[in-house]
Amino acid sequence: MSAHHIVARLSGAILTLLITWTVVFGAMRLAPGDPVLLMLQGTPISDEAMDAARARLGLDRPLAVQYVSFLLNAVSGDFGDSFRSRQPVTELIAAELPYTLQLAIGGFVIGMLLGSTLGIIAGIWPNGWIDTACMTLALAGLSLPSFWIGMILIQVFATQLGWVPVLGTGFEALILPSVTIGLFLAGGLARLMRNSIIEVMAQDYIRTAYAKGLTAVRVILKHALRNAVIPPLTLLGIQFALLIGGPVVTETVFARPGIGRLLVLAVLEKDFPVVQAVVVLTTAVYVLINVLIDIAYGIIDPRVQA
Amino acid sequence: MIRPYGPMRPPGFIARLLGAPGALAGTVVLVAILALAVLAPLLAPYDWNATSQCRRLAPMSAEHWFGCDLFGRDILSRVMYGTRFSLAMGLSTVAISLIFGAVLGVAIAYGGGRFDAIGSRLIDAMLSFPPIILAILIVAVLGVGLWNAALAVGISGIPRFARIARAATLALVARDFIEAARAVGAGRMRIVLRHLLPNLAPILIVLTTLDLGSAVLFTATLSFLGLGAQPPVPEWGAMLNAGREYVRYAPWTMIFPGLALFLTVMAVNLVGDRLSLVLDPRQRDSI
Repeated sequence: MSAHHIVARLSGAILTLLITWTVVFGAMRLAPGDPVLLMLQGTPISDEAMDAARARLGLDRPLAVQYVSFLLNAVSGDFGDSFRSRQPVTELIAAELPYTLQLAIGGFVIGMLLGSTLGIIAGIWPNGWIDTACMTLALAGLSLPSFWIGMILIQVFATQLGWVPVLGTGFEALILPSVTIGLFLAGGLARLMRNSIIEVMAQDYIRTAYAKGLTAVRVILKHALRNAVIPPLTLLGIQFALLIGGPVVTETVFARPGIGRLLVLAVLEKDFPVVQAVVVLTTAVYVLINVLIDIAYGIIDPRVQA
Repeated sequence: MIRPYGPMRPPGFIARLLGAPGALAGTVVLVAILALAVLAPLLAPYDWNATSQCRRLAPMSAEHWFGCDLFGRDILSRVMYGTRFSLAMGLSTVAISLIFGAVLGVAIAYGGGRFDAIGSRLIDAMLSFPPIILAILIVAVLGVGLWNAALAVGISGIPRFARIARAATLALVARDFIEAARAVGAGRMRIVLRHLLPNLAPILIVLTTLDLGSAVLFTATLSFLGLGAQPPVPEWGAMLNAGREYVRYAPWTMIFPGLALFLTVMAVNLVGDRLSLVLDPRQRDSI
């Protein structure tokens, strides 16, 4: 992959982010309800105080000025202060980020272990009952409402059996939410992994490896898996990017702090700076990971010049 | 790269679709859910909205199979009526994604040039939003509510459909029969309606079916977050949200609505999976 190609890909990503920024900016101003009134929650206020509050938040300036100044500040890493808590948005995000990262990694690990196991088993013995069983399980993982399975896990393992705490942010409290996310991830990964393995097992070099007298285990581990992991890796990359954006539902069910909860509350309270920052940063991570996947593709497989 | 799947295959289509046990089971469940949705007023043992039918949070019993919720409403009746909301929200959601996505995708692919460049950039930008975040933003603009949530999920699905419709159209436009139609003087509209759309239909049908499951799940998720259906509407996601605080004492308030949601989504996915296999010519020999 040439440097030129990477530059083109990155500038495309920057343009995408600019569009994202514009959409978020527009969406928050189109949304009904005045942030100052929402902050007051019905407390009466004089017109002068109202104007002063709007001026303090920078809402009295023309839209175009707000748009450009927010954008310029954001580029220099300043996303402004939260309307509600008056804290810098970057601090708020930094405080929530570790919890979301822990959850993302936990869900990712469980999803990867479960998904690749199911996918590999199904892919090695395709079109039989083993395959059907594994793929039905995978489909069930994709069909499970995460808020429902999360509540059931809490009910069974925390409330009834008492194996893990119901709430909290320690390691033990991380297990159930990670499983909740992992089940969904595993579903998609298993399906992709299976198809990838079946495709690879039909290749000539696999027949060659068998012809050399290698054992099945060796062929699968050394030759098949190595070539079969590329498409699933892409899916995992995208899913990880989505998880960083905040597993909103899982965080809600388990009442965990995190980026997703921060965003939902900010949207409901029309806390413009927080919404803008979270959406733009998560989109940036998403776009960046996609670019990295593209670049990694080119390195792993030189034939790819997408 | 996405290839068009070729024209629809009428002979033996249903037989092949139902030829796998999973798809057959899925179809049976779907038919049952559809029947429940239509016949809910006849089948439901109680009024879905009548309170004090039984003791608050009463457990499962012979009179109330699924127990009762906080307001003494019969959960079985509410779950039965919930089929209507899930199906209606899921179907309208994919209808929005399908119609606008397909029109956008075909238009920019067929228009070509700068039109295509701008359209593709727009699709890319929309795809770069994590779907749930895009949907939450749209709900923030439109306001909270059942149909607004469906609209939000529908809009967030448009770029997926548009991208695939565009790629499939580009592949078709390069084929000889389109060239031949143009050569004999067929107009643009005629080529799109008579030649492109029939060939796009299978791939769009597959995409729609595969999307329906996640659409049902997604709209229920928004209701669960409090952004979709509002109480006392007997929507499954909203019921789960309402039952959340009493789960410890009354797990039945969440088990049954969630189970209904899971079964519906699973059934749709089983059928959708099989449909994509049956409609895909590359797989046709193996079934």
